[in-house]
Parts: sequence; structure tokens; C-alpha cells
Amino acid sequence: MEGDIAQMGQFIGAGLASVGMGGAAVGVGNVVGNFLSGALRNPSAAAGQTATMFIGIAFAEALGIFSFLVALLLMFAV
Amino acid sequence: MASETTDAANAAASACVDAGGGAIGMPQLCADWMGNQIFWLVVTLVVIFFILSRVALPRIAAILAERQGSITNDLAAAEDLKVKAQDAEDAYNKALADARAKANEIIAAAKLDIKADYDAASAKADAQIAEKTAESEKAIAAIRAGAMESVEAVARDTAGELVVAMGAKADAAAIDKAVAARLKG
Amino acid sequence: MATDSKEGGQELVFHPMDQFIVKPLFGDGPVGLFTVTNVTFWMVLTVLAIVALLVLGTSSRATIPGRAQSIAELAYGFIRKMVADVAGKDALPYFPYIMTLFMFIVFSNFLGLLPGAFTTTSHIAVTAVLAMLVFVAVTVIGFVKHGTGFLGLFWVGAAPLPLRPILAVIEVISYFVRPVSHSIRLAGNMMAGHAVIKVFAAFAPLVLISTGIGLVVTPLSILAITAIYALEILVAFIQAYVFTILTCVYLKDALHPAH
Repeated sequence: MEGDIAQMGQFIGAGLASVGMGGAAVGVGNVVGNFLSGALRNPSAAAGQTATMFIGIAFAEALGIFSFLVALLLMFAV
Repeated sequence: MASETTDAANAAASACVDAGGGAIGMPQLCADWMGNQIFWLVVTLVVIFFILSRVALPRIAAILAERQGSITNDLAAAEDLKVKAQDAEDAYNKALADARAKANEIIAAAKLDIKADYDAASAKADAQIAEKTAESEKAIAAIRAGAMESVEAVARDTAGELVVAMGAKADAAAIDKAVAARLKG
Repeated sequence: MATDSKEGGQELVFHPMDQFIVKPLFGDGPVGLFTVTNVTFWMVLTVLAIVALLVLGTSSRATIPGRAQSIAELAYGFIRKMVADVAGKDALPYFPYIMTLFMFIVFSNFLGLLPGAFTTTSHIAVTAVLAMLVFVAVTVIGFVKHGTGFLGLFWVGAAPLPLRPILAVIEVISYFVRPVSHSIRLAGNMMAGHAVIKVFAAFAPLVLISTGIGLVVTPLSILAITAIYALEILVAFIQAYVFTILTCVYLKDALHPAH
């Protein structure tokens, strides 16, 4: 492992890419939090919108998954 | 890192596994295995699809439809029974009303009977009472007449005695006249 | 791959990726196209599990269902309602295929959670095929049903006119990114969860190497494995649900492309 600058770059890059997953966490939390605050205001309408919430979660999560993918590619495929 | 370990050491199973059996890089990105995975995946999907579309899904749909049917039938039967129960209740209520009306009639007739008996008894009692009253009145009148006569006699005697006591001579005729005058008021 | 790290003289072995290696089930030969591998084994198990639940479980055709039949009916009703609600009633002819996708993914995910199991859905090759099938099918259905009208999907009528070409470019890009995110979401979630469990599992034998730190780290890592495992059970279902519901959303775009 010693003295390999390219490998160091890989690891640093992978770590930096992982930061993007935090953004996905914020996004997913935002989606669910807003869904919940809306659902508590109007619980009768909540049941019909659960699917929409999951779609929103999926879209928010997709970008986090991309950063995870970039990290993995840097670690293993470059 | 893939470049780091591409020695002759991994003459093992594949280019993606090192001599110790560990993975080189991400096994997911190993092109050697993808064909195999895709082939078996397609086979699996086709098998599952045919099992589901030929056997499982029609069967479950049939079960659900059958259940829906039996639920509908049961509901209809329940509706019938409800109507029957309603009829029975109506009949019962009618019988009850009839019985009540009859009872009312009987009560009214009984009341009339009783009233007639009462009236007769009452009239009889009244007659008896009137008779008794007349008798009593007669007796009272007799007693009163008797008493008047007694009073006259007593008064005459007393007056005579008083006259004698005062030293005069009692004149019976005069006393009688005076007493009668006094009693007449 | 630097998976071996030396600590305290003895080795603490990290092989988080080894669980994803494809190997022949019989013998040690190379993996060819038709080789019977652990992929085959676990996919066959998936098929058997689906048959056990949906075919054997419903074999009594009872009006009052038993346990297996209840679950089968629940799954049927769940996916059917999802297709009808999200993609519309006219998507019901595609219900068997969506059901196939859901059952395959959910059983692969759950079987992959068995200790020592191979998770077929953690491989991008597998999920990419699943997602590409959906993508191609949706595109073909869209063009067959609406002809060039399907391109109206990319032309946002509600936006102001000068913005529409820019939005169209963005829509086209997002349309072609769909299979990528669709497949990588599933594979990434599965792979990440299993790799994390494996990393914690590698910390667990630390007590055998250095008793001091090990007394703290070993119970903690076992606790962490338990917690992550519970999370993974949830994720296994949610990812299957998300994959299926996104399929329905894409199908809705193909059947009703107007914005």
C-alpha cells in the first residue's frame, strides 16, 4: 500500500463520493417528514398517498445510489 | 487495483478470483460471469412467468371470485332471511294488536255488566234507605209528639205547684189555658 | 483488493465482497454461459419458494384460507391493486409480468438474507436485465399504443413555450437514466447491506486476537450485525416494492403519455 499515489487518490475520491449519500439521506428524510406532517394533518388522505411517498423516496434515493456507485467504481473498477 | 493483482497467480477459476479464492475488485463487475447470470435469470423469469400466468394467478383469481360469489350468495340469503323475519314480526305484531283489541272489548263488556249490577244494587239500597228513613222519621215524629205531651203535662203540674206554693188556689182550667198559650209561643 | 489487514500480529480478515463471487456448483471449472453455478442454485430455490407459496399454498382452494393461501392472496391483491392504482385499469393485462418481477425480487432478497446465501439481486447484471426488460417493454408499449404521440411524454405542455425544448432535453435524459437508477438502486441496496453485515462480521472475532479491545468491539459488532440484519429484512421488502411500483409508474407513462 505504501507510496501509491494513484491508490491514495482512489480512496480519497471514494470517500468524497460517499458524502453524496448524505444528501440522499437528507432528501429521503425530507420526503418522509413532509409526508408525515401532511398525514398527521389529514390522516384520512394519507393511506392513498403512501405509494406516492415511496415513489418520492425512490427518486430521492436514486441520486444517493449514484454517488455510492461512483465510490464503488473508484474503489474497485478504476 | 485490478491491475495490481493480475499476476499469473490467478490461474484459478476466473480472472475475477485470486489464487486464495478471494474476489478481485467487485464481483458484480466481472464480465466473465455476466453471461451466465443473465442466462439463468432469463430462464428463471420465463419459468416463474409461466407458472404464475398459467397456474397460480388464475387459481388465486378463481378462489377470490368464488369467495366473492359465496359472499354475495350469503348476503342474498341473509337478505331473504331478514325479509322473512320482518314478515314474522309483522304477523306477530298483528296478532298482538288483535289480542289487545279483543281484550279491550271484553274489558268494556265486563265494565258494562258490572255497572248494571252496581246500578241495580245501588237503586235497591237507595229504596231501602229511603224506606228506613221514612220509618225513622215517623218514629221521631211520634217521639216528638209524645215529648210535647209530656212537656205540657210537666209544665201544667209545675205551674200548678208553683201557684200552690205562692199561696193561691190552683185553678186547673186557667193553668191549662196559660200553659197552652205559653207553649204556642 | 486490499482486504487483509494485519492487527495485533494476528489477522482480522475482511472479505466483504467474497460473498458475491459466482462459482460453479459442481467442480472447479470456468464459468461458462450454461454452467450450473450458485446463481442457478439460488434462482432455482427462488422458483421453488414461489411455487410453494403461490401454487402449493393455494392447492386446497379453500374459501376460508389457511396461512399460506392468505399470504398468496395478500400478495396477489397487493400487486394487483398497485398496478390498478398506479398504472391504471388498462395496465392489468401486464399484471402477470409485474407479479413475476415482484415475486422474483422479493424472494431473491429474502433468500439472500439466509446466512451463507448468495443474493442474486445484488448483481448489477441481474438487476440491469430486469430493468432493461421493463425499459424496453415500456418504450415498445408506448410506441405501439400511441405511435409518435408517445414522444409527447417529453414535451411538457404545462411549461412556458421557451422552456419546453430545454425541458424536453432534461426529460429525454431522465428517461434514459431510468433503467440505470432502476437497476442500480436494487443491486446497490442489496450489495451495500450485505457488505456492511460482512464488515461487521469481520470485526466480531477481534476478542480472539486481542482480548482488551475485543471485549468492547465484539459485542458491539454482534449487536450491529443484528440491527443491520433487521434493517435489511425491511430493505429487502421495500426494494422489491419500490422496483415494482416504479415499473408501474413507467408503465403508466407508456399508457398515458400526456403530462
